[in-house]
Amino acid sequence: MMILVKDNRCDFCGTCVGVCPVDAIELREADISIIHDTCIDCDICIWVCPIDVLSSDAKEEVKHD
Amino acid sequence: MTDYDVIVVGGGPAGSMAAEAAAKQGAKTILLEKDRDIGYPVRCGEGVGATGLRKFIEPDPGWIATTISKVRMRSPDNTQVNFGMDDAGYVLHRRLFDYALANRASQAGAEIQTRAYVDGLILEDEYVRGVKYQYMGETRKLTANIVIAADGVESRVGRMAGLRTASKLKDMDSGYQATVGNIDVDQEMIDFYVGDNWAPGGYLWIFPKGDGMANIGLGINGIYGKDHNPHDMIHAFLRQYFPTASVLTSVCGGIPLGKTLKKITAKGIMLTGDAAHMVNPVTGGGIITGMEGGQIAGDVAGQCIQAGDYSEQAMKAYPERWHKAEGKNHEALYRIAQGIAEITDDQLNKIAHRLVKTPSENLSLLKIFTAVAREKPKMLLDVTRAFAGF
Repeated sequence: MMILVKDNRCDFCGTCVGVCPVDAIELREADISIIHDTCIDCDICIWVCPIDVLSSDAKEEVKHD
Repeated sequence: MTDYDVIVVGGGPAGSMAAEAAAKQGAKTILLEKDRDIGYPVRCGEGVGATGLRKFIEPDPGWIATTISKVRMRSPDNTQVNFGMDDAGYVLHRRLFDYALANRASQAGAEIQTRAYVDGLILEDEYVRGVKYQYMGETRKLTANIVIAADGVESRVGRMAGLRTASKLKDMDSGYQATVGNIDVDQEMIDFYVGDNWAPGGYLWIFPKGDGMANIGLGINGIYGKDHNPHDMIHAFLRQYFPTASVLTSVCGGIPLGKTLKKITAKGIMLTGDAAHMVNPVTGGGIITGMEGGQIAGDVAGQCIQAGDYSEQAMKAYPERWHKAEGKNHEALYRIAQGIAEITDDQLNKIAHRLVKTPSENLSLLKIFTAVAREKPKMLLDVTRAFAGF
């Protein structure tokens, strides 16, 4: 499974960074990326995002099962 | 020899206050802001209390949008409780306010660099000795004796130094705000909605900004974020209550509502403002507490520089002074916030029905909290403590 950022919709507010327990989100002025090697797929960034631009790639997970 | 005595990361109110206080102590200080502008984007409801503000800066009509004297709280069944404020409040133009604070820091001698994104620390023997940052595609390094991290809700700089700064989900509100035009609201009143319908685990606010404009925002507890998102809720609210309003600006943001971090210093580094979780856990207001924390941090950093002692022991004056100024109150407010979170919509309605019988001129925030504490008696001591200030 993988956390994904829906293209071009992020407001770069940093709320997800503030809750990430493993510091797996990089955020600059207008650039966000998930460090997939560090991410533990806890999904709380998805829940806390005020505009729902994060999602987990659940389909991928099903594929790999 | 270091490049600077003090490096401040972040150009919000906490960072600017820190930079100003350090510079005033004679420390060679630079403030690094990641965005292009100081003060923009404004991720904030922009409300402050007059007394708190005056401790740090004289109110200036240039950055005050409206002066507030009345409050309305609406329970889930829309029972409206109106009351006056003991202390005046202001809704700010944060963009201009943050500029004024940064300008003041620069006039005290601090340098300011925008577009400077700090993405690493220079560490030596576990001591923070400076920062690495990106500027216009170029990696730069600066050394200093003390780094003050005022990098807001993200609080990454502290993590780079090994401090645990991440908020628990239950201690983070997920926020969204639209600044709207063409609405008819009382320009001297702030208006709040509570309850599961509009604001699960938080509140929705209407703060007037003058000329028929207002900030209409919502913070919901992160836990509720799984099934709700404040963007959709604010737009549904606008459709229902202000269908002719136009959205002039919209922003989202996180509000860290946890207790101030146990450790706000490490070797060579101090954390302040939202980055140190200094936001008022009941109101979500972080401007004044951030300014207070920033000023103390900068002042202590300046004193350390003067004494030539940058040890954690020397920096201890910072958490001690913060705790004395706000810490105890902050912890009582955190417990009150936990109590409020357990109150059901039915209880909120019951409280409102009781309060609405009191003439509004006799109502105060203390009376309201006392009424809330009747439903949650374990809150009473903390409410008394918070209002009496002990």
